[in-house]
Amino acid sequence: MIATIEEEIVRKKGWMNEEEMGDMISVSGSAPGGVAVNSATFIGYRLGGVAGAVAAVTAITLPTFLIVFLLSGLRLLFKDNVKVEAALKGIHAAVAALIIVAAGKMWKASVLDAATFVLVAVSLALLLFTQIHPFYLIVGGLTAGVLVVLYKKKQGMSVVTEKVRTEERRDLQFPEYYI
Amino acid sequence: MLWELLLVFIKVGLVSFGGGYAVITLIQREVSEKGWMGSGAFQEIVSLAGMAPGSIATNTATLIGYSKAGLGGAIAATVGIILPSLIIVICIAVFFLKLQSNDWVRSSFYGLRPIVTGLILYAAVHFAFSGQSGSWLSWTMAGSLLICGGCLVLVAKYKVHPFAVILLSAVAGIVIF
Repeated sequence: MIATIEEEIVRKKGWMNEEEMGDMISVSGSAPGGVAVNSATFIGYRLGGVAGAVAAVTAITLPTFLIVFLLSGLRLLFKDNVKVEAALKGIHAAVAALIIVAAGKMWKASVLDAATFVLVAVSLALLLFTQIHPFYLIVGGLTAGVLVVLYKKKQGMSVVTEKVRTEERRDLQFPEYYI
Repeated sequence: MLWELLLVFIKVGLVSFGGGYAVITLIQREVSEKGWMGSGAFQEIVSLAGMAPGSIATNTATLIGYSKAGLGGAIAATVGIILPSLIIVICIAVFFLKLQSNDWVRSSFYGLRPIVTGLILYAAVHFAFSGQSGSWLSWTMAGSLLICGGCLVLVAKYKVHPFAVILLSAVAGIVIF
């Protein structure tokens, strides 16, 4: 995804240079929301202010919005069709696989040491066995990160807070959350 | 209803760190708390959302909005989930471009990323085991496992495009089930 945006914006249109592109990736990767939509916001804002951002986001959302409608319309049309039901079962299994792949990529980018491993285990356990709202987990994770880094620094340990970023591994650092 | 959809999805959008799959867990919790739909109906929506291009989270929001309040609901939910990111990205672009190199931000994300992993893992577990009626040894279960395993190999090892994998599984589904 990022490679496509880079090709389009930097090389074809010449709207941004490589360095600005780097800024864009780090901003859209760290703000909440999808990398693609956030990138569109960032580029739109850079080129045309708030109106530009709104235009870019509308443009990137609209096609999907329509396709989603088309799909759900088709779904209703073929509600009791046996073949469609079977196809949907197959797709259900495929989507499960895609979620597992996303989890694997995110695991590689997030589990850097014992503390991060524990955080994954604890959050999964809490989600599976309690009714905790994910919102608290997110706030908890942000806090835990700061505390762990402070503690480790106090103990004189060195902390690697993210995967070393190299050109080829850009995609790994900001895994494709979105297909 | 429109207002409620908008507010719920603004809430989800505000903490939608980690993008698509992690947010499924958040949306699911909101939807079940509100009693908007059952688990089966929700997973079917996620399945449909996964087929369309673009963010699975936004697509899910669109479909939930549509099922609750028609076209207006779909628009309210979609705007709701995107609006917070839009505002936050613009704020970051204006004020703190060097955010990523800030130590506090780095350490917060060091803690946040594992949580996002947990959220996605939970979504995977929940999604994989939902809507499976019948026993573990049923024909459907075996077929699902076969397709799921095949897709894993294709996507992770051979880097096949997710959409191609989805199409293939639809065909496989028709053949098997």
